[in-house]
Amino acid sequence: MATDKNKKGIGRRDLIKGLAAVPVLGAFAFSSVKKKNYDAELKEAILKELDIEAARPAAGGSMEGDPIRLGIIGFGIRGKQLVKAAGFATPEWKKSMKESAMKNSNDTRLKDFLEQDNLNVVFTGVCDLFDVRAEEALETVKTEKNTPKRYRTYQEMLASPDIDGVIIATPDHWHAPISIDAAKAGKHVYVEKCMTHKVGETYDLYDAVTQSGIVFQVGHQHRQTQSFLTAQDIMRKQILGHVSLIQANTNRNSDNGAWQYNIHEKASPETIDWQQFLGNAPQIPFNAEHFFRWRKWWPYGTGLTGDLLTHDYDRINCILKMGIPNSVMTSGGIYTHRDGREVPDVMQVAMEYPNFSTGSSQEKGKEKGMTFLYSATLGNQYGRNTALMGHDASMELIGDRLTIHADPRSTRFKDMLDSKKVDTDVPLYAYDPRSKGVDGVTSATAKYFANKGLLYTYRDGKRVDSTHLHIREWLSGIRNGTPISCGIEEGFEEAIAAHMSCLSYQLGKRIEWDPATRKITNVDEEILRGGVQIVET
Amino acid sequence: MKTDTQKGVLQFGNGQLTVLVVLRMLIGWHFLYEGVVKLYNPSWSAGGFLTDSKWIFADFFHSLAANPQTLEVVNFLNVWGLIAIGLGLLLGVFSRAAAVGGMLLLGMYYLSHPPLVGLKYALPAEGSYLIVNKNLIELFALAVLFTFPTSRIIGIDRLIFGAGEKIEEEESEVQHA
Repeated sequence: MATDKNKKGIGRRDLIKGLAAVPVLGAFAFSSVKKKNYDAELKEAILKELDIEAARPAAGGSMEGDPIRLGIIGFGIRGKQLVKAAGFATPEWKKSMKESAMKNSNDTRLKDFLEQDNLNVVFTGVCDLFDVRAEEALETVKTEKNTPKRYRTYQEMLASPDIDGVIIATPDHWHAPISIDAAKAGKHVYVEKCMTHKVGETYDLYDAVTQSGIVFQVGHQHRQTQSFLTAQDIMRKQILGHVSLIQANTNRNSDNGAWQYNIHEKASPETIDWQQFLGNAPQIPFNAEHFFRWRKWWPYGTGLTGDLLTHDYDRINCILKMGIPNSVMTSGGIYTHRDGREVPDVMQVAMEYPNFSTGSSQEKGKEKGMTFLYSATLGNQYGRNTALMGHDASMELIGDRLTIHADPRSTRFKDMLDSKKVDTDVPLYAYDPRSKGVDGVTSATAKYFANKGLLYTYRDGKRVDSTHLHIREWLSGIRNGTPISCGIEEGFEEAIAAHMSCLSYQLGKRIEWDPATRKITNVDEEILRGGVQIVET
Repeated sequence: MKTDTQKGVLQFGNGQLTVLVVLRMLIGWHFLYEGVVKLYNPSWSAGGFLTDSKWIFADFFHSLAANPQTLEVVNFLNVWGLIAIGLGLLLGVFSRAAAVGGMLLLGMYYLSHPPLVGLKYALPAEGSYLIVNKNLIELFALAVLFTFPTSRIIGIDRLIFGAGEKIEEEESEVQHA
């Protein structure tokens, strides 16, 4: 070969030309290490200052032992989701998810469901007032070993010795009556939000649960989200400084989002137990729209406050533990869906906490008090993130992620801002549970991805439904006595705050709360007990 | 400029040689740093980039991101591929293979995010592009380096494969001219 001839020895000239690039590599190594150290020092300085621990949720107690025997009360939209989170999806859902996954390989909903942990439960009973849904429920939860029973009334279900606990996903006006009876019957309760429908029954349920010793969970599944645990640590470390304003929002722009749910073709007085549906509501003739779209009328639901404000309120209460506001003012109206509904579709709620403080970096006594502002429209889908606005920094909650930006006028970060160690345009801290590590300082690109929700990795394993984790926590409470994150105390605060907001809208006045007596001070007892419609009719 | 196609060795004038070697080192530096910076960052992943893919190959790139195992492989190959290609070009070691590898990577980057009319990406571009972007230009710059290899004149390949006598003669001819 020609190369043999060429390779007759490597001379000095060959060495010089052969290794000519080595000094360039040296320059590369020097400058890249310098840059790495610069970035690392900056990041470390910030992380050391913040000292945030990205929390991991507890592993969750064991599900071993005899299966827990559950009853599902209400198998509508949410009831189906809860039963699925507990391990049983409707055949219809599985079929449609399979089709969807075939069309779009990114759709992993069926896969996520199949990979869900086995919670070791059986549904021995189902209760729904609409025959079609009751049949569907029986079909969904039956197994080789378990033939579920349909109960015509929840009272019969609660009287059965085959039931250890119930999942309640009925219209709101049934939450408290069923939960109270379940507590009295010694059955564990998982109830959807809003925990109650009226102020008066909130106290009754509180007493029933605290006196019974049952394991009680309100369905605010976001309490399982990792970013909220991290956010709690951020508040403990007082990184935001004094938070004076919190903004949370709902923007929806679809008929489904405005509770215009489908009315089933088989709905009729023959297939629906109308009398039982009405319960404590005004006695009116059969009305299929009221049955399926109950969220639009005061006797069964409370519209935005009970359905959607409760989520945002509890998200913040989970982080700040600020409790019930001293006063609430609400305004709004029906501006988009003028279809005969009673509940508003645009709403602004201002909750005042004049004595609450998240800490302060300024001189003592200067800062105190906070407003929680909830703003909602069912006529627009503009994306507004939840934001906690403090003197030193702002925290945004975006899905299961969070970012913190330093405030340009911060006292705490003044030195770091002056020395350019902190840039107010770049997140001071960003948390993504799907990412392997925690970025103290993220690049502009990473920030962009984070805000668009595109930054996901699967390195920590599979995605899990948070409702599944929330039910698991409840079951672990029953089996192992482990703590519950949204029990009767949290549910009481959620319900009272939501009802104050609703009453303010209905009565057109500021609603006041006395923390000492734990009572609403400026609304008649009759209204607190029976709701506003009692007065109107 | 004469060609010895059998050996894949070309002879260049000093000016030609200088610009080609500098171009090779610049691209090598760029690849090496792109690899090193990803290696330094333990939470870096190609996942976000792949998920943002558009155009006719988007399904393929999405599927790479959707599976955690394939994503691990893609991440590994990307980081170490960039570093190996960068070193190959910078030091002139196996640098024709490095040029081909670099073209393959850039081709993938380009095809996953081509700047075509009507395609919008979450990742903001730092300039304005239509059909032609910097990935495509760098890809063709590597094609130039592949066509006019210099690593057996300036580079470790000279020590591995030899410089070739002809080059010495040509060089001295040029020098005397």
